[in-house]
Order: sequence, then C-alpha cells, then structure tokens
Amino acid sequence: MSTAQTTAESQDFTATEIMTVAASRLLKNGTVCFVGIGLPSTAANLARLTHAPDVVLIYESGPIGAKPTVLPLSIGDGDLALTADTVVGTPEIFRYWLQGGRIDVGFLGAAQVDRFANINTTVIGPYDAPKVRLPGAGGAPEIASQAKEVFIVLKQSPKAFVGKLPFITSAGYLDGGDARAKAGIPGAGPTAVITDLGILTPDPVTKELTLTSIHPGVTVEQVKAATGWDLKISPELKTTEIPDAGALAALRDLQARTAAAHGQAGGGEG
Amino acid sequence: MANITPLRDAVASLVRDGDTVALEGFTHLIPHAAGHEIVRQGRRDLTLVRMTPDLIYDQLIGMGCATKLIFSWGGNPGVGSLHRFRDAVEQGWPHRLETEEHSHAGMANAYVAGASNLPFALLRGYTGSDLPKVNPNIRFVECPFTGERLAAIPSVRPDVTVIHAQKADRRGNVLIWGILGVQKEAVLAAKRSIVTVEEIVDDLEAPTNACVLPTWAVSAVCHVPGGAYPSYAQGYSERDNSFYKAWDPIARSRETFQAWMRRHVLDTDDFAGFRRVLAESMKEAV
Repeated sequence: MSTAQTTAESQDFTATEIMTVAASRLLKNGTVCFVGIGLPSTAANLARLTHAPDVVLIYESGPIGAKPTVLPLSIGDGDLALTADTVVGTPEIFRYWLQGGRIDVGFLGAAQVDRFANINTTVIGPYDAPKVRLPGAGGAPEIASQAKEVFIVLKQSPKAFVGKLPFITSAGYLDGGDARAKAGIPGAGPTAVITDLGILTPDPVTKELTLTSIHPGVTVEQVKAATGWDLKISPELKTTEIPDAGALAALRDLQARTAAAHGQAGGGEG
Repeated sequence: MANITPLRDAVASLVRDGDTVALEGFTHLIPHAAGHEIVRQGRRDLTLVRMTPDLIYDQLIGMGCATKLIFSWGGNPGVGSLHRFRDAVEQGWPHRLETEEHSHAGMANAYVAGASNLPFALLRGYTGSDLPKVNPNIRFVECPFTGERLAAIPSVRPDVTVIHAQKADRRGNVLIWGILGVQKEAVLAAKRSIVTVEEIVDDLEAPTNACVLPTWAVSAVCHVPGGAYPSYAQGYSERDNSFYKAWDPIARSRETFQAWMRRHVLDTDDFAGFRRVLAESMKEAV
C-alpha cells in the first residue's frame, strides 16, 4: 500500500494499527495460540505473516494450524478450515487441545476488563435485569484459565476499563495477589493487555494492571482518562516501539484483502 | 433407518410443542431451512439448545417459539447483537425467555456426555467465572481419586436435534466435512434427529475416517439444497456475509422483524419459496 510509512520518525499509523502491531509482536514464532475472533485474530495472523511464520493458530470451531488468506469474519469461516493442518470437532478442541494443556497463549478480546484483568463479555448491569445483554462467554472462561498465558487486546475507554466488573465471565487475577493461584486456576493468566493507547501488565505482586508502555504521541493523562480506576503508571514507563514499515504494510495488505473479500475488515465470534 | 422425506413432514412428525430442540452448527452448516419450517408450523414452548445461537435462533425467539434457551454465545457473528434475543432477555418480548448459560467447553462436554449416555459432563472449567453463580446447573464435584474440584453440568439430551450436512446416500447415511462443530455429538445425544442435506447420491465415497452418521442413527434425512443459507456448506456454497449484515436493521425493530418474517417465512411454502422471495426483496432494496 502506498500509505505505508517509509521513515522511522514519521507517525503515519493509526491508534488501531499500533495496537494491532504491538499485540502481534508479543507472539513468538512457534507459539501455539488459541485465537479469539476480531482484534486477536487480526494480531495473530499479522504475526504469522511477519515475524512468526510458524505460529500455530487454533480456532475454537475446530481448525488447527489455520493459515487464512483473509481475516475471518466469524469463528467458523470456511477459509479457516480449508487452510488448516487439520479440522477437528469442537469438543476435541476444548478437551484434548485446550484442557490437555497444549496451548501456549490464549489471545482474547473483551467487552470490559477490570484492574485485575478479569474479563466481562456477559452483561452490563445486573444479570437478571441487564442494561445490555452481551453475547456471553463463548470459549473464553476455559481459554483464560487453561492457556499457559493470556494476551487481551481491546480499545481503552472508561466504559471498557472499569474498576469493578458487573460480571466476571473469564478469570484474570480475580481479587489480585495470589487469588488466582489459590482458586486452583492452572495457567499464568493475562500477562499483557494491549490497547490503542498503551500496554498494561500485571504488577508482579499485587497483579494490578499497570501501564508499562505508552504508544508514541499518547499522554499519561489520556490513558488515565480512558481508565475507570486510578491507573498505576510504571516508574519505568517505556514508549511503545512504532510499527515498522514491513509490519504496517503487511497489516494494511491483510485488511485490504479482507475488505475486498468481505466488504469489511474484522469480525466477531460465533 | 432414516426416512428420506420432505422437510415439512419431518418437522411435523418429529418436532413437538414443548420439546427440547437443538439446531446445531458452528457458523458452518446451520440448519436455517429447518428452523424456518419450525416457525411455519408454529411450534411453541420449545427449549432451544445451541452453543452459538445466531440468526435462526433470533428468528425462532422473536416469533415466540421458545420459552428457554440453553447456550454459550449469542450474537450475530462479525456484526454485533442479536436484537430479538436481546429484546426477549431485556424486555420480555414477545414473552420472557428463560436462559441457561454456559461456556463453549461446558456445552461441548454436555453434548459429549449426552451422546455417551452419561448423566453429566465433567470438565476443568468455570473456575473464577461468575457463571456458576447465575446458573445452578453448573456445579462442582470432587475427583474420587485426587480430590480435585471439577466442574459438572447436566448432559444435553435433546428430544430432537436438527443439523445440515453435505451429502446423504439413498439409504440415508450422512457425510459431513469441514468445520464439524458438535453436529455428530448433538445427533447422538438426541432421541430423534433430522438431517437436511445438500445432495443425495448413490455413493457417499467417504474416506474411512470421514465423519459419517449411519442411517440407523438418524430419524429423517431431507433433501434441502442450500438449506444452511445464509450459513454455508463447505464444497457447495459460501457464507453470505451480506445477509448477516442485512439482518441487523431488519431485527432491530419489532415491526420490521415481524413484517420480514411474514413475507419471507410465514407466507412462503418452503425454503425454495423463501429463497425466491428473498431474491425479490433484495432486488427491491437495491
């Protein structure tokens, strides 16, 4: 694409693009990744198309080793099956591959997260009289607990980053500290929350999400204003590396291919 | 032996008011045609089961066919909310819909348990989630060997399961490929089953390890080409993403929804009629 940046100094990228590229960078080559649809799927496929060609993408609909040519709009798009190493039934994905302990990274989106990286995708308001009924749990509760670690990617706003969730669909660190381990949850939990403003990581002891990297051009005040609790800022706050030209070009290519195929660039679960 | 029969007859004889019904399909092979036939025949008080209720469940719920939904993710994939589902949950229209909510892992295991003739499913799951607080059917048991606490949920045992598949042979053996979802488990967990298929052939030509449901494990096979539309059948059709998007404004208001259902489903005789009228109304929209 002609809009791809050519110099490291220019910031010719959007907030969504730096979020996606920053999220994709966290996936190492060879990682076995259980991929949620939408932003996680974009980031995971970008990783596969750039620095991590041997990443293994597993989708809950059954494709193992999917290598889609365009981004799937739904979790069961035909391209996922046609490009996979194998396709198994949904029970097998959850029983053998996830519960069996074979997933390195669970890559999830969320409607809301709280200060301990718990996820809500169920309801806003009381469960029995919801203000907004969201789609629900899907595969996330077990992905969040059984993948060896979890990355969460979502846009940051006070509505999405709330001090206390109305409903915990999928566990992060529960009440913080050692609550997750005490509850007997096997995986290490969310090690990074990547947003359009920065990257939050859990404090090693309290497990409270802390801003450890801020995207270039974003101010700490902006990130605090987009967070529904008094956000802790790391004393060693880094600035997120800007997307390199290759990754940005690959992302834009992927989005353009997807838009040409589907008339839109991302998807939702289901 | 499966009866090879018109869909209308299969629904009339196998789906009854008050039944627990699973119309399964994981994005792929969703039995829309059969769902429409259930609406046309005016079934009531159904307990609908499905991992990923989408448009066809939005239609069944909005038309008042269901009193309860057992599910793990309810949305319009790639688009957003199911407005009829939300209206039923949030406003009780057309009447209150009871929900029993699980995770995908819970539902998948519950089907496996049902197909295995077990009373409950066992999984490492739900730890730290609030779902067990709102769903009394998520409980915990102790492993008799290690003492570990494990999640248990009741098996799914539908009265009838409905799925769509690619092929059947003339004896009623069914072949499925691509994204399999819980199609096989849902059929084997059910007392009765209906499979709509794209094609009926002399010979399935199935490789040894292919997913085949033998004719004696299925109640009825119905030849309904395109019967998954707007979902898809790998090797036969592609998912019509534009319809999923078009559904959002149709389902947003009760009035537009009802008018659409009347014209496209209630006033048509069968799925072929639905496709014909849909083509007309899409042309009008352009």
